Amino acid sequence: MKVKTIAEYVASGEKPEILFWVGCAGSFDARAKKVSVAFAKILSSVGISFAILGNEESCTGDPARRAGNEFIFQMTAIQNIETMKSYEVQKIVTACPHCFNTLKNEYPKLGGEFTVLHHTQLIQQLIEEGKLKIEGGEFKGKRVTYHDSCYLGRINGEYEAPRAILNELDTDFIEMDRKRENGLCCGAGGAQMFKEDEPGDKRINTERVEESLKTNPDIIAANCPFCITMLMDGLKAKEKQDDVMVYDISELIVQSNGL
Amino acid sequence: MSQIVFILLSIIVFGLAFKQFGAILKNIKLGREEIIDGDQPWRWQNVLLVAFGQKKMFKRFIPAILHLFIYVAFLMTQIELIEIFIDGIGGVHRFFADKIGLLYPVIISFIEILSLLAFVSTIIFLWRRNILKLPRFIKPEMNGWPKLDGNLILVGELLLIIGIFSMNGADVLLQKSDPAHYPDTGYLAVSSWLGPTLFGGFDVGTLHLIERFGWWLHILVVFGFITYLPYSKHLHIFFAFPNVYFAKKRSRGEMNNMPEIMNEVKSMMGLIEETESEMGDDIPEFGAKDVTGLSWKNILEAYTCTECGRCTSVCPANITGKKLSPRKIMMDIRDRAEEVGGKIRSGNIEFISDDSQEKNVLSKENFDDGKSLFDYISDEEIYACTSCNACVEACPVLINPLEPILELRRYDLLTNSAGPSDWLPMFNSIENGGAVWQIPDNRDDWKNELN
Repeated sequence: MKVKTIAEYVASGEKPEILFWVGCAGSFDARAKKVSVAFAKILSSVGISFAILGNEESCTGDPARRAGNEFIFQMTAIQNIETMKSYEVQKIVTACPHCFNTLKNEYPKLGGEFTVLHHTQLIQQLIEEGKLKIEGGEFKGKRVTYHDSCYLGRINGEYEAPRAILNELDTDFIEMDRKRENGLCCGAGGAQMFKEDEPGDKRINTERVEESLKTNPDIIAANCPFCITMLMDGLKAKEKQDDVMVYDISELIVQSNGL
Repeated sequence: MSQIVFILLSIIVFGLAFKQFGAILKNIKLGREEIIDGDQPWRWQNVLLVAFGQKKMFKRFIPAILHLFIYVAFLMTQIELIEIFIDGIGGVHRFFADKIGLLYPVIISFIEILSLLAFVSTIIFLWRRNILKLPRFIKPEMNGWPKLDGNLILVGELLLIIGIFSMNGADVLLQKSDPAHYPDTGYLAVSSWLGPTLFGGFDVGTLHLIERFGWWLHILVVFGFITYLPYSKHLHIFFAFPNVYFAKKRSRGEMNNMPEIMNEVKSMMGLIEETESEMGDDIPEFGAKDVTGLSWKNILEAYTCTECGRCTSVCPANITGKKLSPRKIMMDIRDRAEEVGGKIRSGNIEFISDDSQEKNVLSKENFDDGKSLFDYISDEEIYACTSCNACVEACPVLINPLEPILELRRYDLLTNSAGPSDWLPMFNSIENGGAVWQIPDNRDDWKNELN
């Protein structure tokens, strides 16, 4: 399969149904790139025509804004809005809840109004519409817990779509103590991903991993590239990286359906 | 005689309270103006459900139920307070007792049952704070005054209730021996058995003293509360309502936009007409350095905070031993607002900024005491925040501790050119390469991993 940029679509006189916003992590982070691949496979398996911006995509500006650097945020955000407007983008899907939040909630005030979906929301819609069929069995008897990312969960109120997908996957699903609106942060948000921690007793990802280990999981399912990094680091610190896997929800579908 | 004392006391108390609450309103107005997103139906729904209905309190059931008893008892006692005022000013006794028939014992009994429940709840609250020492009540920011304040309020509540039951209990007995002065109240759910149990066999003179003692204790604690509240965390009993009313209707994920920067960038990119370069030569102050740089709403929130610490108990930074405590941020904002407000009202021209043209009259515009919020809140605190919104979710009265944290960061980054140096590569990479990391790959190289 071939992933086309929106420029390529336009050049051939076509219009994609949706723009896949890949994000910095999905583009450059070795682990998160696998999630981009998985999600692209799902999209093409259901025959959705999707485009990426490719080199015309730029950081949404989330970490810069939350760090307090509004100039950098405005520069990159306005650039993105202009790019998407020039391609008449209307609908966006992204596998990063930080990108999702900024595109959905912050770009409108800057002049960028788009319909924005998190990839778990789109996947859930596809399952509901019968366009995506989950071939179960792969995760039967596998203990799976789910980590709510702050930016999808508490901040944007989406708790159901990821859980509905996990339910379809027929896993042995176990909730952690702190879940949904009470979910515990992985420690990466607010631009923490890009700096050392302030002095304290432990790292936030350690706290979260310890909590998830109480469910005795085979897999921790997540929906955010930064959460995935944090959880994997936390597992490594506990020397559990070979016993417990951290997967994005899209990756579980790819495994289940053998895509 | 006692009428004159009562009326004089009332005038003094309400006069003092008027002055104190006026000062608080002025302190709130130290904040910059902000029009808060929202609409009337949504605002009133919040007032009904969140403030009156205590919906968010019930995220933690046990304290919510105990608090509910105290809250409803407090509301209902206001009805009894109306009678106390009529009696106090008019020199009469139980003005409503023979005027509203059966309704009287029903109302008083309702108040009494709730007061009894509130009494038990208050003792449990004191136990939770002082013996059980729940973690959220013994954080560093609670040392000293905040701890004493919490206990004083609870002890005050106990005194208030002791007052009610002394007054009513003695009254029940006096109704039998001196019906001419003590009109029949009908059966009172608690005092009709508690009175005889505690005071049975006392002579009329003693009973009369106990009744008066209870009456005065009750009203004096009420007066005490009114003038004490402006110094206490307990202000939430009033401020929760406007604070909830003025909550922002907006996605939690949307930070305040900074139109001046947006327009500067848009004009740099040639997207809008270059206006009279608004930024000129001197860079304006971005974000918040002091309470005057925060919104009035942030300061209202600080006065509304009752230091329950639910925010701090769910803050991932605080849980893992970092210095950041969202509650402390709110407490610091209030303390600083008090300090700035007090100094401005002192009129002392020492506090006039050296740069100011106006050298004679001190105001919020030219105020400079050489301090700022950064003397209260350290970098270590504001930079430990993950913006996860757990504190926002946790607050029962819709306070947003995250917003001031992010405004402080903005000041530090944009005006002060400071902040964690770890972030510089991220900023540079976004500015120069459009990504959070400096990576030589093409942005779409990931697709090569597709087979």
